[in-house]
Amino acid sequence: MEIHSLPLHRIHDLLESRKLGALEIVSAFLERISAIDPKLNSYLAAFSEKAVEQARLFDSGALDYAASPIAGTPIAIKDVICMKGALTTCASRILAGFVSPYDATVTAKLRKAGAIFIGKTNLDEFAMGSSTENSAFLKTRNPWDTERVPGGSSGGSAAAVAAGLCAGALGTDTGGSIRQPSSFCGVVGLKPTYGRVSRFGLVAFASSLDQIGPITRDVEDAAILLQAIAGYDPADSTSVDLPVPDYRAALDHSLQGLRLGIPRQYFIEGTDPEVDRAVREAIDTCRGLGAKIVDITLPHTEYGIAAYYIIAPAEASSNLARYDGVKYGHRAQNSPDLMEMYRKSRSEGFGSEVKRRIMLGTYVLSAGYFDAYYKKASQVRTLIKRDFLDAFEKCDAILAPVSPVPAFKIGEKSDPLQMYLSDVFTLPASLAGIPGISVPCGFTSQNLPIGLQILGPHFREEMVLRVAHQFEQATDFHLRTPRFMI
Amino acid sequence: MDSKITRQEVRHVALLARLELTEAEEQQMTGQMNAILGYMDKLNELDTGEVEPTTHAVELRNVFRPDCVEPSLDRKDSLANAPGTDGVNFVVPRVL
Repeated sequence: MEIHSLPLHRIHDLLESRKLGALEIVSAFLERISAIDPKLNSYLAAFSEKAVEQARLFDSGALDYAASPIAGTPIAIKDVICMKGALTTCASRILAGFVSPYDATVTAKLRKAGAIFIGKTNLDEFAMGSSTENSAFLKTRNPWDTERVPGGSSGGSAAAVAAGLCAGALGTDTGGSIRQPSSFCGVVGLKPTYGRVSRFGLVAFASSLDQIGPITRDVEDAAILLQAIAGYDPADSTSVDLPVPDYRAALDHSLQGLRLGIPRQYFIEGTDPEVDRAVREAIDTCRGLGAKIVDITLPHTEYGIAAYYIIAPAEASSNLARYDGVKYGHRAQNSPDLMEMYRKSRSEGFGSEVKRRIMLGTYVLSAGYFDAYYKKASQVRTLIKRDFLDAFEKCDAILAPVSPVPAFKIGEKSDPLQMYLSDVFTLPASLAGIPGISVPCGFTSQNLPIGLQILGPHFREEMVLRVAHQFEQATDFHLRTPRFMI
Repeated sequence: MDSKITRQEVRHVALLARLELTEAEEQQMTGQMNAILGYMDKLNELDTGEVEPTTHAVELRNVFRPDCVEPSLDRKDSLANAPGTDGVNFVVPRVL
């Protein structure tokens, strides 16, 4: 088997047994990026020289990464996460040329664990989108069908993992931006509980929702990468000071006796019949593995889209106020005064989806509308969160589709509201702050991947990973590769 | 569907948001915002009178840290990405 099609933990085994050096591995991935990525556009930047330098350092044995399961492996980072000395553009013209003066906490943790950063991946501008079509720089293509989107907003990371252009990647998820592209690209993507992973150095979109998580080739890799980035960070006051369990150790517990909840609101008309069937088959597989399948209800599911698309733009309008052409980023030339400079810089720098969300957010927070929109949405958020808390009285984890449809065609969803509606199955978990994973569970007749979503209670990532791993090991969907891999 | 937001209001919100929209953008934005805000009416199906709002998914009380000086970015690094600087300050067009 070629290196590029191996999961991260197998690559690490090769390094540890000294069958291969980091330089050989990194060079193989870099060659593959230059050969293949021009057709996929998953990377905004590849770090050829620095990655080779890091690999040489690793091979020299000068640094001691004794117990780190990621040391020497090439990792890609979504370009909304800061990396000292590297460009961090958020796929926006307003940050073109911005060089980050510091490392995000997750970047620093991976660096310390010996990860080799191979590049920064494409995304919807400021992570706002579900297809990666909103990148100001590149359109990323789905490795399973290059006429289709990779999903979004972490589309670059998901496509890079699916096409074997890195051993694993980090993405971010505000309303589904890790789970949905992972589903569209046939890889594993985990959104941790809000507060499990530090957001320090993650460029803020919606601060009460944003979380960083792994996108990987299998569930064991997701456990390994989560282990490396999870934990309390004094630099992020919303990170939670709870012990981090051994995620890898939890994987091998069987599903025997576990209660898996099936929310009827996630099996509705409008879902692609092939998606519906694949998810139902996945439920049967879990039953066969000894899980007890229970019907549950999440009655406020249908209100998730409206609540999310008020709350997230409201937070975004506030967070993105910092792009004013003063401290960093694009500044419009020849503005006669400060106000002109602000307005021109922002109008030239932001793309249309970002402007739309800033406008929506500003409107729903403005005098006279706050109660009708923002307060109302925040109350509905409470109801959605309660739905999950009630459901987890009756089950240990929830099984559902990730997206009602498989990867759609580039340009197919040109109406913003239609694009928002496609997030129906990922938004409620984001609003509730609970962890969720997408794991491959089938393919359409056109050979497009389908993802199974597994949701767990707050801070129970080990439960989500365990169910995902047991399901994955009983199936072979994660072993299939797009034609691009060959 | 009722009109939620007029073109004039869109222009006012753009000013609040420190954006400047072209005529064409303004027209398109008005249509799109009306469609999206119209969809939000769905929330009015729910009686939320007694429901506490959630602003954070995980309950946290005020988080304090000791009040002491810690290292921060030095001036050179802080100014490195600035579009206008005199080496000591950020430089902006005239304010008044």
